[in-house]
Amino acid sequence: MSVNEEIVSDLVANKIEFVTSVPCKQLAGVIDTIEACPEIFHIPSNKEDEGMGLCAGAFMGGKRPAIIMQNTAIGVTINTLATLIQFYRMPLPMLISYRGELGEPVACQVEMAVHTKALLAQFNIPTYHFHHQDDVNELDAILKHTFMCNKPVAILTDASFWKEC
Amino acid sequence: MIRSEILRDIAPLLCDHLVVCNIGLPSQELHMIDDQPTNFYMLGTMGLSSSIGLGLALAQDKKVIAIDGDGSVLTNFGTLSTIANNCADNFILLIIDNGSYGSTGDQPTYAGKKTSLTAVALACGCENVIECQAEETGAVLKSALEGDKMTIIVSKCKSGNIKVPVIIMDPVVIRDRFMTAVKA
Ligand SMILES: [Mg+2]
Repeated sequence: MSVNEEIVSDLVANKIEFVTSVPCKQLAGVIDTIEACPEIFHIPSNKEDEGMGLCAGAFMGGKRPAIIMQNTAIGVTINTLATLIQFYRMPLPMLISYRGELGEPVACQVEMAVHTKALLAQFNIPTYHFHHQDDVNELDAILKHTFMCNKPVAILTDASFWKEC
Repeated sequence: MIRSEILRDIAPLLCDHLVVCNIGLPSQELHMIDDQPTNFYMLGTMGLSSSIGLGLALAQDKKVIAIDGDGSVLTNFGTLSTIANNCADNFILLIIDNGSYGSTGDQPTYAGKKTSLTAVALACGCENVIECQAEETGAVLKSALEGDKMTIIVSKCKSGNIKVPVIIMDPVVIRDRFMTAVKA
């Protein structure tokens, strides 16, 4: 199984049926796999805070949601995380492309990378960092944890992780 | 007619359906006029009423009415293209367009100037877009509820606010009560 298939099969096994995404190069494969997955309804968002609104609605409608986005979106969604997802205590797995780490060709990406973990820590968001291919083995437990505690949870996937895959 | 008068007018239509209500005065007014477990009040997060409503409509079969404002739609313009491209025939977006940011003191919005939200919704690909005057909102909403077609209603009204208390209900209580009503 490819890592993209592994990720999507963990989503399906955890009954995640509603996924929104704002694309990133690193996440292109997983987004394609989700789009092709009959168990998951995939709805692209124009902006990540809009996506979190869709996820909040889907969750209240009885479907487990997830969002796929780039770490730059932490900047976009801070208010939504605090006043919607956390304030109403909603679960939200966030599969995040962690741009700006080793191997990054675009200098500007580093500017948000240096703030990513600090912002997530400031917001008390449980954060997991996939750096090696084997780290994906924790995804199933992370998803279970997310829906146990009703919190947004960040899964940062960096370039080294995707390179090994 | 101002927004609170429209809400008073349509409250008997809203009470049988799932309602996602916009942040600030719209939620406070609806809460005061006719609090229902089928109402989801937004206490924060300007702009996401239509997104929450669409997500909810796509996830289950009951009819969903998202009450939004012109200022809030302007802050989340992308929503109209997401709505157009992910049709949910159990979804009605009611934009109460008073041409101002009501909750912050009635500063004018661009929707009250050159920008037509109706035209934007159409340009985004929304197929059933109805612009009406405030007084017609009840009748338009009623026929939208009777038809099983996703509908965007842009209700043009005057700006102005009434005195209304803030909502002190805990957000988790609002959400839990609402989810119980969704499942009922
Ligand atoms: Mg307004």
